[in-house]
Amino acid sequence: MKKVLSAAVAVIALAAGMSAAEAADKLKACWVYVGPHNDGGYSEGHDKGRLYAQEKLGDKIETTYVENVAEGPDAERAIERLARSGCKIIFTTSFGFMDPTIKVAAKFPDVKFEHATGFKTAPNVGTYNSRFYEGRYIQGQIAAKQSKAGVAGYIVSFPIPEVVMGIDAFMLGAQSVNPDFKVKIIWVNSWFDPAKEADAAKALFDQGVDIITQHTDSPAPLQIAQERGLHGFGQAHDMIQFAPKAQYTAIVDTWGPYYEKRINAVLDGTWKPEQSWDGLKDGIMQMAPYTNLPDDVVAMAKKTQADIESGALHPFKGPIVKQDGTEVIPAGQNLDDGTLLGLNWYVKGIDDKLPQ
Amino acid sequence: MLESILLTVITAATPLIFAAIGELVAERSGVLNLGVEGMMAMGAVAGFAAAHVTGNPMIGVLAAIVAGVVMAALFGIVTLVFVANQVASGLALTLFGLGLSGLIGDSFVGIPGVSVPSLNIPGLTDLPIVGRVIFGLDPLTYLAIALTIGVSWFLFRTRGGLVLRAVGDSHGSAHTLGYDVIRVRFLAVLFGGACAGVGGAYLSLVYTPQWTEAMTAGRGWIALALVVFGTWLPLRVFIGAIVFGGVSILQLHAQAFGIGIPSQFLSALPYLTTIVVLVIISRNRVLVSTNTPAALGQSFVPDR
Repeated sequence: MKKVLSAAVAVIALAAGMSAAEAADKLKACWVYVGPHNDGGYSEGHDKGRLYAQEKLGDKIETTYVENVAEGPDAERAIERLARSGCKIIFTTSFGFMDPTIKVAAKFPDVKFEHATGFKTAPNVGTYNSRFYEGRYIQGQIAAKQSKAGVAGYIVSFPIPEVVMGIDAFMLGAQSVNPDFKVKIIWVNSWFDPAKEADAAKALFDQGVDIITQHTDSPAPLQIAQERGLHGFGQAHDMIQFAPKAQYTAIVDTWGPYYEKRINAVLDGTWKPEQSWDGLKDGIMQMAPYTNLPDDVVAMAKKTQADIESGALHPFKGPIVKQDGTEVIPAGQNLDDGTLLGLNWYVKGIDDKLPQ
Repeated sequence: MLESILLTVITAATPLIFAAIGELVAERSGVLNLGVEGMMAMGAVAGFAAAHVTGNPMIGVLAAIVAGVVMAALFGIVTLVFVANQVASGLALTLFGLGLSGLIGDSFVGIPGVSVPSLNIPGLTDLPIVGRVIFGLDPLTYLAIALTIGVSWFLFRTRGGLVLRAVGDSHGSAHTLGYDVIRVRFLAVLFGGACAGVGGAYLSLVYTPQWTEAMTAGRGWIALALVVFGTWLPLRVFIGAIVFGGVSILQLHAQAFGIGIPSQFLSALPYLTTIVVLVIISRNRVLVSTNTPAALGQSFVPDR
């Protein structure tokens, strides 16, 4: 179904693109979203970034997007259509678009591509990402402070490095407060399915967790937390309006300035493929206001955030021990970015078996 | 915990029951409407919007019924009056519904919804284990149960149901006998649309009180499959929906327990189990062939 839909959307985008390209000589910047542009979560974060860039660059650019593009071979067609329609820079915003992006990029050497959260590059493909794990570390600390049960629930999408990194960081943060902290993990195998995410949240609460966090994109789990009088964290977006009594904080993606910078680079001809990976200090992600928390926990969270921003604290600081007990790095070292970007193991203390 | 799991299962099954029972009636009359997903999406957005504007979730449900009926009427006009291909028109209806609902719902994204309060009978609802499962559900779930029984009764115990099934089995014969095939089918399609609309509203008003584009997430297709695997019998479709909902929830619990079975397999389990269960209960070939509407998907053009 999504196939047909995305194809249809791409055809429309193509038609619109052609007429516009004839009308004016603006630079065309295009986006590919895995969910709806207004999903209230991850994809909306990117769309806000697109609107920000459009506003900042005004007449110099025109922007368009294709939404609800399924990850995998389908994405290739959607990206290719955009490239054909005259897009000069294409942002593909989900991990599963990595290989399709590389493939299409090989066919269109004059078009610049930027792939979010992946690790493959090419002469015309750069990657960009946000150090979400920094925020997850803070969330882990808050969870360990606030949880009476000593166990949190974690709703996740797919076992890719980005997600595993988040789980590990959350756990490391929690362990820094309570070494015996536990986490229950549910894979829903979807980025966006509000009902399924809600079911997962219910299952976790039924099994005794009192705080949930998620790496899926809808506010449904937080709504369940609110309903049960328990707590959780927003994902990609400040979801406070869905759960005014339940949200502690949220990782808020702020892609706009990055998009503006990269499109500007294309405009003045200085664009080069980069592997950009910014974090809290660069403002590419922010923490939503700390709410529903006692003062001392807010103070702790703010201090951790300041330490991460100043570089005094790296969430993946040694010693880091894998689930099976092998030590990855000793005390005094920080895990390097290369290892982090390909992370495919759990840290010690997580009982779940990582799907391979 | 058992009570809570049962409640979650019922919640997961209810939208499927609505959509599938509605589709069952349409298919029994011989019309294959693949637009369930689109009608659900429209029901979801209309239900959410009306409930949000008026503050009354029941008006939301009514709006969802209207939205589903309007969508179904569109399908009925195209396939029954203008005799367009049902499969293609149904797929188009799904695309149209998903797109249009996204457009209508654009301004309702990111707003918390109005939820439907659950039943609360002092004394009864507080009973251990069964209390909330029997006496503490939301009104729409009771409606889904009533709908299943009502449709079953209508199809097999009333003259109207007999006519509807006759139209679905052999439109030519029904026409010869003097029944208005197009009219019967049109009404059946409208009924299917109304049910799909409520199924969609259940998602945006009860399940997760919010509106987001594409929030139906394929449930319309599951409902369609349930009708076929449930061999066009309301009770079996109902059982199928409960099994599907049940296994979907149990696999989440299995994961949270950390039993170490790959999550990809667990995610596929609801589909596998539902198919296996429904194949087993409907293994009687003769019964299956009698229950399959013989004229399903065939267009009818009266001679005169």
